[in-house]
Amino acid sequence: MSDATPMVRMAGVNKHFGALHVLRDIDLEVARGEVVVVLGPSGSGKSTLCRAINRLEPVDEGSIEIDGRPLPAEGRDLAALRSDVGMVFQQFNLFSHLTIMDNVTLAPIRVRGVSRSDAESEARVLLDRVGIGEQSGKYPAQLSGGQQQRVAIARALAMAPKVMLFDEPTSALDPEMVGEVVEVMADLARDDMTMVVVTHEMGFARRTAHRVVFMDDGEIVEDTTPESFFSRPATDRARDFLSKILTH
Amino acid sequence: MSVLLDNLDDFLSRFGVTLGLFVLSGVASMILGTLLAAMRVSPVPAMRTVGTGYVTLLRNTPLTLVLFFFALGFTKLFFYLPFFLLAVVGLSLYTAAFVCETVRGGISTVPAGQSEAARALGLGFTQTLSLIVLPQAIRSVVPPLTSVQIALLKNTTVAAGFSVVEAGGFYRVVNEQGGSTLVALLWVALGFVILVVPLTAVQRRLEKRWSVAR
Ligand SMILES: Nc1ncnc2c1ncn2[C@@H]1O[C@H](COP(=O)(O)OP(=O)(O)OP(=O)(O)O)[C@@H](O)[C@H]1O
Ligand SMILES: [Mg+2]
Repeated sequence: MSDATPMVRMAGVNKHFGALHVLRDIDLEVARGEVVVVLGPSGSGKSTLCRAINRLEPVDEGSIEIDGRPLPAEGRDLAALRSDVGMVFQQFNLFSHLTIMDNVTLAPIRVRGVSRSDAESEARVLLDRVGIGEQSGKYPAQLSGGQQQRVAIARALAMAPKVMLFDEPTSALDPEMVGEVVEVMADLARDDMTMVVVTHEMGFARRTAHRVVFMDDGEIVEDTTPESFFSRPATDRARDFLSKILTH
Repeated sequence: MSVLLDNLDDFLSRFGVTLGLFVLSGVASMILGTLLAAMRVSPVPAMRTVGTGYVTLLRNTPLTLVLFFFALGFTKLFFYLPFFLLAVVGLSLYTAAFVCETVRGGISTVPAGQSEAARALGLGFTQTLSLIVLPQAIRSVVPPLTSVQIALLKNTTVAAGFSVVEAGGFYRVVNEQGGSTLVALLWVALGFVILVVPLTAVQRRLEKRWSVAR
């Protein structure tokens, strides 16, 4: 695909949960190497948007493309496409019965067919990069939340994804551990990883994002630069949201 | 003591048969039961229907009837099998229904985030189930699975009614010799207790080993 093809493209996407209209006519393009932060009040549809991108949440209407390829229906093709899209969850979701090393090497070995020794040496590089090099023989429950989330990032990176999705990666962490995870994410951004990040970390949004997408009630209300979003929000809804989060 | 010593060979060979019935049916029922549990959580409706139908049928049929069907019906309808193998098949099919329900209970304790993370990495349904969900599900149901297997061990005595010379029938031999049936039954009971001890030891070891991971 050419560099002009957006890495993620959503057009006219609609999604309901029963009577609840959670995604309303979503149009969103994320360019290669771009870092997009998704903000919005609780229940505005941020997680659903993020999960729609790799079809963990199927949508009712509209088209979603990754690197120019439409999302296939459930099955082998979808699994192949998902292997190119890394995802990091609020609750880490490390495989609790596997060691840190096995968490990171499982998908490269089972999905990509990489040999165990290659997968392990690659995993060591990634675990060092996120600062977990010494702990690879431990189980997830033996690590702190911040360490687990960094392993989760390494696990996603082990598939050499084209794009990384983060759904509130720091929201389940004790405050003193937020920094170490944000640090790793900023590092990825510097390496030109394409990223979609749902977060309440305004510091990350201001410093690292190229674009801020503000959602409310299932709609994208603003889509602009961090600088203009934080200093000159165009809508009352965004002003209201900012006044609430910035006062505490 | 003489009840036992006079018939030691018979006693031991009968327990050998019991052990054989138990080990073969135990392994087969674990495999079949796990496959059935996988069918019951499959996204394919036909698979789920087959799994549910199987469990409903086998779990609600008395074991004696299941064995009767295999002892009489199977040989008549299909081909000759020794009673021992018929008993193994009957016990395995019956016990698999209970293994299935136990494993399915275990599957429901595995957080949804585990399989979401697996699918997000590109693992398919079968891989997600076999590499992520089932290993965790089985770890969480070791005690009830052990109970199912202990029940199977005791159920092997039902096979005596179908000409399988196993431990439960020992008292009849003693009885025919004019010995004390009660004493014979006590020896058999002791034999079963001795067989259960290693099972509970395995259960404890597995529980201990796997508790580290959570
Ligand atoms: N599986 C589901 N079934 C029914 N309703 C759901 C489901 N998942 C989410 N919802 C509803 O859809 C709406 C959007 O949810 P979503 O999780 O996308 O919001 P969010 O912006 O991520 O919120 P938060 O900041 O609290 O994480 C909410 O009203 C939520 O209650
Ligand atoms: Mg959310």
